[in-house]
Amino acid sequence: MKSRQRTKRKPLDLALAAVTYIAAGLTVAILLLLIGYVVIQGVPNLKLSMFSPRYTSENVSAFPAIVTTVELTLLSLIIAVPLGVCTAIYLTEYARRGNRVVGLIRITAETLSGIPSIVYGLFGMLFFVTALGWGFSLIAGALTLAIMILPLIMRTTEEALLSVPDSYREGSFGLGAGRLRTVFRIVLPAAVPGILSGVILAIGRIVGETAALIYTAGTAAEMPTLTGSARTLAVHMYTLSSEGLHTGEAYATAVILLVLVVGINALAAFSAKKLTRA
Amino acid sequence: MKTATREKLVSAVFLAVALTSVAAVALICVFLFASGIPAVGEIGVFRFLLGREWSPTDVPPVFGILPMILGSLYVTAGAILFGVPVGVLTSVFMARMCRPRLYRVIKPALDLLAGIPSIVYGFFGLMVLVPLTREIFGGTGKSIFTASLLLGIMILPTIIGVSESALRSVPQSYYEGALALGASHTRAVYFTVLPAAKSGIFAGVILGIGRAIGETMAVIMVAGNQARAPTGVFKGVRTLTANIVMEMGYSEGLHREALIATGVVLFVFILIINVSFSLVKRRSKQ
Amino acid sequence: MIKFDIQNLKLYYGDYQALKGIDLAIEEREITAFIGPSGCGKSTLLKSLNRMNDLVEGCRVVGKVLLDGEDIYGALDVTELRRRVGMVFQKPNPFPMSVYDNIAFGPRTHGITQKHKLDEIVETTLKNAAIWDELKDRLKKSAIALSGGQQQRLCIARALAVQPEVLLMDEPTSALDPISTGKIEELILDLKRRYSIVIVTHNMQQATRISDKTAFFLLGEVVEFDETENLFSAPRDKRTEDYITGRFG
Repeated sequence: MKSRQRTKRKPLDLALAAVTYIAAGLTVAILLLLIGYVVIQGVPNLKLSMFSPRYTSENVSAFPAIVTTVELTLLSLIIAVPLGVCTAIYLTEYARRGNRVVGLIRITAETLSGIPSIVYGLFGMLFFVTALGWGFSLIAGALTLAIMILPLIMRTTEEALLSVPDSYREGSFGLGAGRLRTVFRIVLPAAVPGILSGVILAIGRIVGETAALIYTAGTAAEMPTLTGSARTLAVHMYTLSSEGLHTGEAYATAVILLVLVVGINALAAFSAKKLTRA
Repeated sequence: MKTATREKLVSAVFLAVALTSVAAVALICVFLFASGIPAVGEIGVFRFLLGREWSPTDVPPVFGILPMILGSLYVTAGAILFGVPVGVLTSVFMARMCRPRLYRVIKPALDLLAGIPSIVYGFFGLMVLVPLTREIFGGTGKSIFTASLLLGIMILPTIIGVSESALRSVPQSYYEGALALGASHTRAVYFTVLPAAKSGIFAGVILGIGRAIGETMAVIMVAGNQARAPTGVFKGVRTLTANIVMEMGYSEGLHREALIATGVVLFVFILIINVSFSLVKRRSKQ
Repeated sequence: MIKFDIQNLKLYYGDYQALKGIDLAIEEREITAFIGPSGCGKSTLLKSLNRMNDLVEGCRVVGKVLLDGEDIYGALDVTELRRRVGMVFQKPNPFPMSVYDNIAFGPRTHGITQKHKLDEIVETTLKNAAIWDELKDRLKKSAIALSGGQQQRLCIARALAVQPEVLLMDEPTSALDPISTGKIEELILDLKRRYSIVIVTHNMQQATRISDKTAFFLLGEVVEFDETENLFSAPRDKRTEDYITGRFG
């Protein structure tokens, strides 16, 4: 950008440049304020008692919530990743172009990705909790979130599969390998970094989710069981802050969540870097 | 033809799995509509959608969600008012004015902004923005203004991300052409590159609207949630999403179905936004 | 012995006819070169010999291609066909895995799983492809890290590992430098003793250096097919003469 002339700067140019810098500065300032505030308020409130294995109304331990978060994340991924990956495989490797079903699948995936989490929550409550009679349970929450992250996994996997060069496929077919073997032995392994970055994004969504969980997995603070109600860290933070009795602990939980998000983003960036290098 | 038969079978299996998302959308529609529509019928379409009073526990109960529809619209409009200028200008900065070294710092920061859970935003709003609004503008601090501001912040990463890639996909020749005519860098960016990226940016704005109207947890913490038609920017407001979360826990019978119907209304809003998003996206591709 | 007997082969991509009734007999243990300007159908014909055209949507084939008297578009299983008729591509396309796994991919596809058998196949095919000495210490290293010429010889070795009868080569040296090209040509001449080879090339010198017979293609038809020596020294068709003397193409 050597072309930035210093001469002849007209007032309009200056004004436009100024608002641009102000806006960018504002965005960064908001982020710094948000993170700074949460960290400053939260870190002093991080107490060892928050991590005691049993929740009592005195220690308001976040430990069961951490375990729930991990379990719920794993469960949702176990359900959604195979479904999403197989759908993407169908779309990129099997379906013929101009196939009507492909159009339908794409439209529904786009619809799914636009649905707000509270609507997912409502659906999960109506279907898993009430219609199937599972009650507030970890599994109802996991299935709800699995549907929620499905389009994300699908889209990132599809992009990753499309970026695998066709010469790999030709090479494999040329050796007499069938489509299935070509997909699973050649194409999918080459697409793993891209799929992984999608999975990491999905983890981020699960960890931060609240609205879709309150009426599916419920808000019980105890250690999770598959068929019992349990709260994730984000839901834990919601109940703490809405009760208004444990502001300090809520701040501390926010810090834990922030740390998780930073970690997840770093992982995503790392896997994206690997992707571009390959 | 053994191989061909097996391939067809495998393809059919993949197709079956691929139809999960179709089944999911179908299930979501069926369950929401089956539980929500009868309630609307019972209440009356107009009394439900245009009713100005929401008193679910009165005898007889009154279910009018106009205040919440207006609440969602006001808050979303406010978010756009704040988020779009800041977001678009920031995306111009990111795409055309930022040094690579600075970019490598700001880009991950924006990703972080996108990844922060809404509950953390809500809590931040509750502890910082609400008192601030109360100090400066009076009232309780929980208001349309506060919710708009917070939502405006929350949709920043969406708008910046989509706008930035739209700006980057504008051919460099446009920019160079403007420079060749003697335009300054700033002028070239604002008068040739930005207009060329218009429809992409618009798509980002629509996506932002979708996020804002669907946001729940952050909004209920700062909006006040009074179920009545808002009377001013610094008065409390309840959105459609808030209505569902606030009352679903204890609702029963018709009240509960009316809440689900609120979800249906929200769902329809989102569908409209989705359709316009894909229309705009299709046009920007042409 | 005729290996491939192509009879009145017509090939369509949707409405476009890419091959307009090809008749060609490809001899066993000879090198047959396909030459002609871009878009003349030579690569298309090559790909139809192991049905790689199946992957192209809207591709339709009429006519017969007999491999040892058996119609490859008939009852012959496509997997088995591609095992018997191997292919080497224009750009080296090693899989993003180790040298060893690249070679073993084909045999594994066709059901060989014992370690010692695979070890043996890897060693003999790499030796056959004259690249064993260069790669024997790097079998577990990624094939992507090899030079372009090594990658292409690895891809030839990979094709040989399934013990094919025919080797199809689609401009195998067009992406390589002269030294690597020389090595590959040497290898192709050496492989002739055991395999029937069909090579598409843009390089007429290459055709004269290595091939026994040459077919000249133009606009989806075979204009002339003859002993390479005859075709280049005394072309019978005016169009062939124009092409090899560089008047068009």
